[in-house]
Amino acid sequence: MSFDLNFIGILIGAIMASSVPLILAASGELITERSGVLNLGVEGMMIIGAISGFALMIITDNLFFAVIGSMLSGLIISIIFGILTQSLLTNHVATGLALTIFGIGMSAMIGKNFVGIPGKEFPLLFVNLKENIPFFGPILFGHSIILYFAFLLPFITNYFLKKTKIGLIIRAVGDSPTSASNQGINVILVRYSCILYGGAMCGLAGAYLSLIYTPQWIENMTGGRGWIALALVVFATWSPIKVLIGALIFGGITILQLHMQAIGFRIPVQLLSALPYIMTIIVLVIISRDSRKIKLNTPTSLGQIFYKEK
Amino acid sequence: MIKIEKRNDVSPSIYFLTPILAIFLTLFGGGIIFYVLGFNPIIALKFFFITPISDLYGFSELLVKATPLCLIAIGLSFCFKSNNWNIGAEGQLIFGGIVGGGVALLFYGHDGFYVLPIIILSGAIGGMIFAMIPAVLKTYFNTNEILVSLMLVYVAKLLLDYLVVGPWSNPEGFNFPETRQFSESARMPILFDGLRIHAGIFITLMTVFLSWLILYKTYLGFQIKVSGLSLKTAKYAGYKGETMIIIVFMISGACAGLAGVGEITGPIGQLHRNISPDYGFTAIIVAFLGRLNPVGIIFASLIVALTYLGAETAQIFLQVPKYTGQVFQGMILFFLLGSDYLLFFKIKFLGLKKNEL
Repeated sequence: MSFDLNFIGILIGAIMASSVPLILAASGELITERSGVLNLGVEGMMIIGAISGFALMIITDNLFFAVIGSMLSGLIISIIFGILTQSLLTNHVATGLALTIFGIGMSAMIGKNFVGIPGKEFPLLFVNLKENIPFFGPILFGHSIILYFAFLLPFITNYFLKKTKIGLIIRAVGDSPTSASNQGINVILVRYSCILYGGAMCGLAGAYLSLIYTPQWIENMTGGRGWIALALVVFATWSPIKVLIGALIFGGITILQLHMQAIGFRIPVQLLSALPYIMTIIVLVIISRDSRKIKLNTPTSLGQIFYKEK
Repeated sequence: MIKIEKRNDVSPSIYFLTPILAIFLTLFGGGIIFYVLGFNPIIALKFFFITPISDLYGFSELLVKATPLCLIAIGLSFCFKSNNWNIGAEGQLIFGGIVGGGVALLFYGHDGFYVLPIIILSGAIGGMIFAMIPAVLKTYFNTNEILVSLMLVYVAKLLLDYLVVGPWSNPEGFNFPETRQFSESARMPILFDGLRIHAGIFITLMTVFLSWLILYKTYLGFQIKVSGLSLKTAKYAGYKGETMIIIVFMISGACAGLAGVGEITGPIGQLHRNISPDYGFTAIIVAFLGRLNPVGIIFASLIVALTYLGAETAQIFLQVPKYTGQVFQGMILFFLLGSDYLLFFKIKFLGLKKNEL
C-alpha cells in the first residue's frame, strides 16, 4: 500500500464521524454531572433518540422534525429520571441503570416495524470541496451539520460553564448544593434543567447514529456507546475540551480497528476493541490517586441526593 | 391540600409491601404500553406472565432462569448493603464462565467425580478475582468502582469473544465461534428427564442460606450492615473499611462467577459469545426488588425470571421483540425506587377547608 495523503485525510474524516455520538452524549452528560447528578441512563436515552429520529424521518420525511424529535424524545425520557431522582429522591445509580434497561426495551418495541427499512439520505455539506481539495477536503468538508455542531459543542460548553452566570450557578449547585440553596438558588430546578439538557443531547447522539452514521434501525444499535460516553466524562475529568480529545481517541481506535481488520493485522481485533475500556480504567487510576487533581473539576456532590427541609 | 411530612421511623410492613405495589404498577404500566402499541392488554399480559408457566416445562424454565439471577443478586446484596456499587456482575459472570470453561476444556475427555467440582470452584475463583480489580483499585487508588466494574464487563465480553473465535474454538467446529461441547463429567446433573432444571439450583439455595448466616448471624455481617447505614459510625467503631470493600466484592464476584459456570456447565454446555442474556445487570434489579434480603431475593428472582420467559413467549405469539422483557424490568425498578418515597415520607391528604374555596 503506497503512502497516500488523501487516504489519511479520509481516515481522519472517518474518525471524526465516529466520535460525534460520543462528543454529543458526553457533553450533555458533563453538564448533568456538573450539577451534581450522575445519570447512568445515557445508553437508554441515546437508543430512544436513535429510534425516534429514525421513525420520524420515515414517517414525516422531514429532517428537521426527525432531528428535533429525537432531541425531544431524549428529553422526555430523561424526565422520568428527573422526577425519580429529584422529586422522589431515589438513588441516582439505580435509577439511571433502570433508565438504560427500560430505554433499550422500549426502543425495540417502538422500532419493531422499522427493522429492515432503509434510511433516507441525510444531506452532507460542501461535498464538492471534499472531493477537490486533497487531504484537508475529506477532513473539513462533506460532513453533516450535526458533525460541525458536535465539534463546536465542547467549546461552547466550556465557555458556558466558565464564563456565564448560569454556568457558575450549575457548578455551584454541583459543588455545594446546600450553600447554593442558602444563596437562594433553586437547586432542584437547576438539576432538572441539566438532566433534561443531557437527555436532549443523548437523543441527538442517538439520532446521529440512526440517521447519518448507519442510516437504518437495528435493535440495540448504540452498542455500548452510551457507557463509553459516561466513561469519557470521567476520562476528561469533567472538562469539555478534554471530552473532545478523548472522543477522538476513542473514535480513532474504533476506526483503526476496522482498518487493521481489513488489512489482516496480527493483533487480535478484540484487544483493540478493549483498549478504550482498559485505557479508561488506567486514566481513572491516574487521576483518582492524585486527590488534588480529581477535586479540581469533580462536582463534589456528584450522585448525592439533595433534600431541602421545608 | 396535600402535605408531605418526613417519617421518623420506617414501618417494616410498608418496607416489604412497596415491592408488591411496584409489581402491580408495572403490570398496569405494561398493559398501557401494550394497548398503545395496538395489542389487547389483557391478552398480551396473559401471554407474558401466565402462558410461560402454565406447564411443567415452563416452570422448570422459570427455575433455570431464576437460578443465576438469584445467585448473582445474593452476592450483590453484600456490596449494596455496604454502599459499594458493583454494577459489573455481568463481567464477573463472564470471567467466571471463561475460567470454568477453560478448566472444562482442559479436562475434555476425562471422567471422574472430581471434574465438575474443580470446574465450579475455578469459576467462582475466576469471578472473585475479576471482582477484586475494582475493589483493589477503589481501596488503594480511590477510583470509582461503578465505572471500573462497568468497563470490565466489556473487557470480559471481548476476551470471551477472542477465546471462542480464536484459541479455544472447536477444532471440528467449521469455524463457528464456539468451543467443543464439554464432556458429560463436566456437566451439571439434570434433575428431571426432559426438563432443563439442573443441580445448579442447589448451589444457589446453599448460597442463599450461607449469606443469611453471614449477614444475620456473624460479626462480619453486622459490620457490613453498619458501614452501609453510616460510614462514620463504622469508622468510629474501628471497622477496617478497606478490608470490607475487598471482602464484599470477593463474595459478590464469587457468586457471579458461580452463576457463570452454572450456565456453561448447565443449560449451555460449552462456551460461545452469548453465555448470558445480561443476567449480571438484571440481577441488580432482583437485588433491589428483594430488598437486599436473602428470602426477598428468592421471590424477586422468580418474578424477574418470568419477564425473561414472558418476553420469549410474547416474541412467538405477539411478534414483539425479545427486548420487551427489559421494558418490564426497567419499569419494576422505576416503580420500586419511586414508591420508596412512601417509606421516608408521609403524604397527608388534608380536606379543603371551606374558607379556602
